Amino acid sequence: MMNLASIISNTGEWLRGEGPHRNIVISSRVRLARNLRGKPFPGWAKKAERLGVVQIIKPVVESLPEMQDAFTEHLESLSSLEKQILVERHLISREHAAKGAGSAVVMNTAQTLSFMINEEDHLRMQAICSGLQLTKVFDMINQADSKLEMTLDFAFHDQLGYLTACPTNIGTGIRASAMLHLPALVMNDLVNKIINSVNKIGLAVRGLHGEGSEAVGNLFQVSNQTTLGESEEEIIDRLNKVIETILEHEQNARQILLEQRSVTLLDQIGRAYGILCHAHSIGSKEALNLLSIIKLGIDLGLFHAGSRHLVDELFIETQPAHLQKGVQKMEVEARDALRSSIIRTKLNSMSQPDVAKINTMPGKGGGSL
Amino acid sequence: MQKVNLCEVCSKNKGVSDPVGFELAELLVGLGTAPSVDVQPPTPKCTVCGFTQIEFKKTGRLGCSNCYDAFSRLLFGMLKNMHKGVRHNGKVPLQHHKLRSYQERLRTLNATLQQAVEAEEYEKAAAIRDEIHQLESERT
Repeated sequence: MMNLASIISNTGEWLRGEGPHRNIVISSRVRLARNLRGKPFPGWAKKAERLGVVQIIKPVVESLPEMQDAFTEHLESLSSLEKQILVERHLISREHAAKGAGSAVVMNTAQTLSFMINEEDHLRMQAICSGLQLTKVFDMINQADSKLEMTLDFAFHDQLGYLTACPTNIGTGIRASAMLHLPALVMNDLVNKIINSVNKIGLAVRGLHGEGSEAVGNLFQVSNQTTLGESEEEIIDRLNKVIETILEHEQNARQILLEQRSVTLLDQIGRAYGILCHAHSIGSKEALNLLSIIKLGIDLGLFHAGSRHLVDELFIETQPAHLQKGVQKMEVEARDALRSSIIRTKLNSMSQPDVAKINTMPGKGGGSL
Repeated sequence: MQKVNLCEVCSKNKGVSDPVGFELAELLVGLGTAPSVDVQPPTPKCTVCGFTQIEFKKTGRLGCSNCYDAFSRLLFGMLKNMHKGVRHNGKVPLQHHKLRSYQERLRTLNATLQQAVEAEEYEKAAAIRDEIHQLESERT
């Protein structure tokens, strides 16, 4: 059995991996919601009933072949800092982190599969991988689900499909999402237009940590909103098409920046680099916003391609709970100072932006992607 | 006009409040402090878990899987507005699928048996009866 320390000391596959369109699509994720027949949903169940559900589900999840060498724990045994680290890794939800006795979590070493027991539903299971590969992550979690249902009696209705605590998840119980990095669309003031049209076709666009969270670091999460009336494949197919379109728009926006706004682009990258290399106190939001610009610089070839992993890691390492791992709880001021120092060290190990890669002469065209 | 969906906590944090709207909602579900009618209709309740419709309007979550039957009238309209359709079109658990095809097969066999008996085709009826026994024993 894995311990939390080894989960924390290794970043997950979605951060390190090299999935398709990795530059723009950070990660793809599919989660399924399931409940046991005849048991009250977690929000309505008494503590004893919730403990009973954990006792039924946890061993079955642990016995899955893909979950041998998993990290498995009751939530009351995790500190709030440890839970927050798992939230920052997208391995558990913010809602689940707020739970204590009567809830549990099981995740594999690669951090590609995660099972939340007694979140809003009895079981919420997800697969997450780097890049755009929604079909692959769906297959991963669907296979796990098929094995679980041989033992667990899930609440299923002939007309309504899988029954969930919230009617918004009923039917397939599926939430498929992709985390997109869209700095050029933001810089060209096009992102709101995209969000509006995506909303119109029944998909949701959210910030870094899902529902109700702000869009920082030019990161946007696109997901399906409806779960009933369509098959899982249809839902994923529609989402895939939309993401491919957004991807294309972001690529075009980057080309426009290179060809028509190269001075602005270089200025932004230079300023981001300057601040991050020299700041001695920086908040998490500002850090993410500036790191996003550096990431764009890497995509455009201004920095050595080898720095990509370094910067990607900073996106996670500079999050509040990750900063405090292994140390005493820190005040905001101390965290901001530590964050800036970690960033300074890493960025100073990178080469300076190679501005010659971008042609700033107006009308002469620009570099290429 | 921009439409924003906020949960109770977010709306408080962002300073969004509509006390009038809230009172109205409370009034509608029978919690209102406004001059109330003496005789209140009984609030629908799930017979399995005891969850009430008032609770649902407060939290937006249901009490157990049976609540979908208990509050089917209220939920049907909601689901229609919320989703692409009101009929599940996706994965069916294998066990459930097996059970449904067993029930279907049993229904067909019983109907054919009935027909055979009515047509006084006793030899055929006996064969069908054997088949039904076989199917039932396989199931158990």
